[in-house]
Amino acid sequence: MKLGQRRYADILVLSPAGRLDHDSCETFGAELKPLLDDVVAGRRIVLDLSALEYVSSAGLRLLLLAGRQASEQGGKVVIAAMRPLVAEIFHISRFSMLFEIHPGVREALIATSPQAAAAFDLG
Amino acid sequence: MRVRFWGTRGSLPVSLTSRDVRDRLARALVVANGRGLDTLEKAQDFAERELGFPLTHTFGGHTSCVELEMPEAEPDEYFVCDMGSGARPFGEHVAARQAGRAATVNVFMSHMHWDHIMGFPFFGPAYRRGNRIRIHGCHAALEQAFRRQQDPPSFPVPFSQLAARIEFVRLTPGEAFALPGGTVTPQLQDHSGDSYGFRFESRGKSLVYTTDSEHKLDDQDARQRIVEFFREADLIVFDAMYSLAEAVSVKADWGHSSNVVGVELCQAARARKLALFHHEPANGDDAIERILRETRRLEELTRDGHPVEVVAAYDGLEIDL
Repeated sequence: MKLGQRRYADILVLSPAGRLDHDSCETFGAELKPLLDDVVAGRRIVLDLSALEYVSSAGLRLLLLAGRQASEQGGKVVIAAMRPLVAEIFHISRFSMLFEIHPGVREALIATSPQAAAAFDLG
Repeated sequence: MRVRFWGTRGSLPVSLTSRDVRDRLARALVVANGRGLDTLEKAQDFAERELGFPLTHTFGGHTSCVELEMPEAEPDEYFVCDMGSGARPFGEHVAARQAGRAATVNVFMSHMHWDHIMGFPFFGPAYRRGNRIRIHGCHAALEQAFRRQQDPPSFPVPFSQLAARIEFVRLTPGEAFALPGGTVTPQLQDHSGDSYGFRFESRGKSLVYTTDSEHKLDDQDARQRIVEFFREADLIVFDAMYSLAEAVSVKADWGHSSNVVGVELCQAARARKLALFHHEPANGDDAIERILRETRRLEELTRDGHPVEVVAAYDGLEIDL
């Protein structure tokens, strides 16, 4: 799987693409780690899941650990733009109760940082 | 091979309250309004065909106790996994079928936590002279656990006064143990104090009884061992006590698993049927029914060509393999 990165003002938007399953977890975790290590107090990461086709239990656990690390550093991971299948998996696994979830990246940015939302609108 | 569930609840027995019964009755009456159900037969047919499971049944009930009928066993021989509170009605079943004849009951113990042994002091066949009870397991302290729960001040009848001939048989994890017309193979599982799953095989059919087992999602080797243990089984009786979110967060290391992991493991192992088991005692029938619907949906969403039938075990359920 691939991990895209964009930055809008002070917000980092990460876009995993493909399948986040038992086979791809290790690679995804390794790519995510330095980005999480850089999270500072008050800073958020938006996970744009619009290109994520599937997430397994191991992938969900990795997202939980990412959110936990960000919280421990004073930041936060929020989720945006899930495809219907991934949204159903979040619901059935009750991971929808563990994350702040937004319908789209723009909504996530508006809730997070006006400057980032403005940067997003400017393209 | 027939599997009969006598106890399906995790941790602690539960029962419907009188308020639960009254509310179900009221909901059923609303649905039945104007249907002309003026005989018991019509009403029973209506209940069977038109009322949903949560109105006409309960998942129960008793803690873990699952009977397995081995097709080549003698008629007086019984096989059962765990002695939770479901062992009481199971014992009544044995006594009724035997009608005075002596029985041999083979018990296979996943572990000795209280909810898995609490039915034994109320297991009628243990009190009948001439019966033989063989308790199989992999734990060194198996006999001690059964004796201790009947010691004062916990219970008035000490283990030594039980009239049946009771033997303890130590099994070795990973080694097949011969049964009439088949085998059983124990498998070590991740649970406080260890637990063991059992894979039963007979006449080309297989049952895996795997309760009180946590699956660590970052341990690929352990996952592969479990997949091989489940491989192409006809039925997996699976610990689905928690949601995945609970199992990896607030209830991590509590030794239980989830419906989501059950589906994934059954799909990877090409198992045929998944029975959600060891239901969380805080979940009512509506909640378990919802979990069942969602689990079936997850299986459908993530199916890769191999369908896995999903059921939720309830006290009284029988499955023929």
